[in-house]
Order: sequence, then structure tokens, then C-alpha cells
Amino acid sequence: MSQCEPLSPVSQSPGLPLSPEGAPAFAEPWQAQAFALTVHLNERGLFSWSEWAENLSREVHRPERAEDGSDYFDAWVAALSHLLAEKGVADAETVLALQHSWQRAAEATPHGQPIELANDPLR
Amino acid sequence: MTGKHHDDDDHDHAHGHEENGHHAHGHDAHHDHHHDNHYSDMQARVRALETVLTQKGLIDPQALDAIVDTYETKIGPRNGAQVVAKAWTDKTFAEWLATDATAAIASLGFTGRQGEHMRAVFNTKETHNLVVCTLCSCYPWSVLGLPPVWYKAPAYRAKAVIDPRGVLQEFGVVLPEAQKIRVWDSTAELRYLVVPQRPAGTEGWSEEQLADLVTRDSMIGTGLARPTVEVAA
Repeated sequence: MSQCEPLSPVSQSPGLPLSPEGAPAFAEPWQAQAFALTVHLNERGLFSWSEWAENLSREVHRPERAEDGSDYFDAWVAALSHLLAEKGVADAETVLALQHSWQRAAEATPHGQPIELANDPLR
Repeated sequence: MTGKHHDDDDHDHAHGHEENGHHAHGHDAHHDHHHDNHYSDMQARVRALETVLTQKGLIDPQALDAIVDTYETKIGPRNGAQVVAKAWTDKTFAEWLATDATAAIASLGFTGRQGEHMRAVFNTKETHNLVVCTLCSCYPWSVLGLPPVWYKAPAYRAKAVIDPRGVLQEFGVVLPEAQKIRVWDSTAELRYLVVPQRPAGTEGWSEEQLADLVTRDSMIGTGLARPTVEVAA
């Protein structure tokens, strides 16, 4: 049936917004980026599919999640963050500090120029 | 979550009609008043993760780009635009497209993953075509890529059938009263591609130039091909 490249098991995540043909659908580029990161790290063996599924499932089923699934990728990113912390790759504080640094960098970058972390005035 | 749908609207309009300054619904995502950039928490969070992983040598940025590319851009509305541009310039191809769209489209190298059939519906002065999938969100993936968010939304799926003219107005498309609107409901087996009317003033244009006028929305029927003035500007 399908002549396309085999899909990573991550792309079979339950609840992932899909086109009718089974390909993931993204509303914003960061969602595609987060998805690609996860696929890539799984393929490189940093974590197994079942580890991923367990983490994602826990995030998706938090009571505060939107009923319509509109924040599915928020849960996705939370699951990835958690898994990376668990693996000792990136602790929550480091990631949060970098996140704020990127936001300051974005604000400090004139429109039309590439946003770089070095543009953060506090770095 | 207030304004979520408007944000989605904005997002898709921006793609379909090109940015031209002010939008009807200007939400906080558009910082028209100053020139700096802005990252949402989620955007910044993903970049932060990427930064850490890159610093630790755990990711290969090129491989990442390839993954995104595979899922997001390799197959996209540009395929459909090529089909439309060819139909505008090549009468024989247009006839083939009208009688056997699946084969005509496949001849350009675009085939559906599940062998679904394609049908091309041509806009004329008398009739405008609009595509919807009331059951789920069947979409001509092979020619249009990933479906836009609104295409999958219950609001569009329900309203397109009941009040297509109203839906078009929401997309900024106002058709002459005399022009009929025909709504096509996709199924898993049959997908539709709208062939918009060729804009005036494009005599002698190459297929490539013409393809630039064909927007994704114009091939769903929620938009028209871009007028030439917009391109020249």
C-alpha cells in the first residue's frame, strides 16, 4: 500500500494529529521541530519507543489538558523535556534558563535578521 | 484559549493571500507596532531543547531538517500548483485532467499513498467549486500536502455544506451573485482538486510563472488564484 519511507514508531503516537493518510499534521513550525527532535533521538537510541509512549501518555492525560486536544504538542514538548531530564541530558533549570534567553534574544533581534542566542543582551 | 480560532484564521489567511499589512483580526501574535521578533514560550522551549542537544552533540541538525522536510514540505501545495498551471497552458492536459484526473496527475509524478482517486473540478464564470470533507478530513495529500488547520475544524466541515457563500466571505472571497457554488464532499476513495480560473493578463506566461499564482486555498476553493498585480508588486 505505501511506497513511502518507513515511518518512525514515534509517528504512531496515540493522539498525534494526523492527515487521513497517516502523516502527522502540524499547526506551527515549532510543533514539527519538536516532532522531528523526538523522532531523531528515538532513532539514535537515546530512548525507546515505549519509554517515549509512557512519558507522552502521562503528559497527555494530565487533568489540565484541553479537551479538544489543541494543546497536544504542549504535552509532547513537556514529555520530551521530562525524558531528557530523566536521561540526565538536560535538567529543567538549564532548559528554562535557555528558553528565557532565546526569548530575550528574539526581542533584541531586529525584524528580518536571523535570531541567534548570542543576541540575548544578558548573555 | 480565547481567540484561538482567530489565530488559526490569521495563520492560514497569511498563507493564502500573502501578507498585505492589516488583518481583520489582529491578535497578539502580530506585533505590528514594533519591529522586534517574539518567541512564544513553546517556540523558545523547543529552541532551548535543540540548543542543549546540539551542544551535547546528540543531534545532527541536517538530519532534523530532513525529517521536517519529509513530513512537511516535500509534498506540498506546489505539486497541485504545477498541475493547475499545466492545465492552464496545455489544452490536451486539461482535457485529460477533466476526464481522468488520477492518471493525468500521476503523469507528473504525484500519486496518492493509498491509491485514492482524484477528480479535478474546474471553476468557470458560472460555477465556483469548494471542497470539504464532512466525515473527517480527507484531503488530496499528494497534491496539496498537509491540510490546513481550518480544513479539519468542525466549523468548516459543517458550514461549507450549509452556507458555502458565507464560508467564502469569511475567507475574504465574495463571488458574483450569479456564480453558483458547488460543494464537493471528499471521501477516503475520492479526493478533489479545484482548478481555479486563470487570472486575466497572464497570456504568454510560462507554467512556472503561472504556478506562483496558484495558492493552496485556491485549490480547495476557499480562495482564488492570485491576481497578477499582487505578484508584480
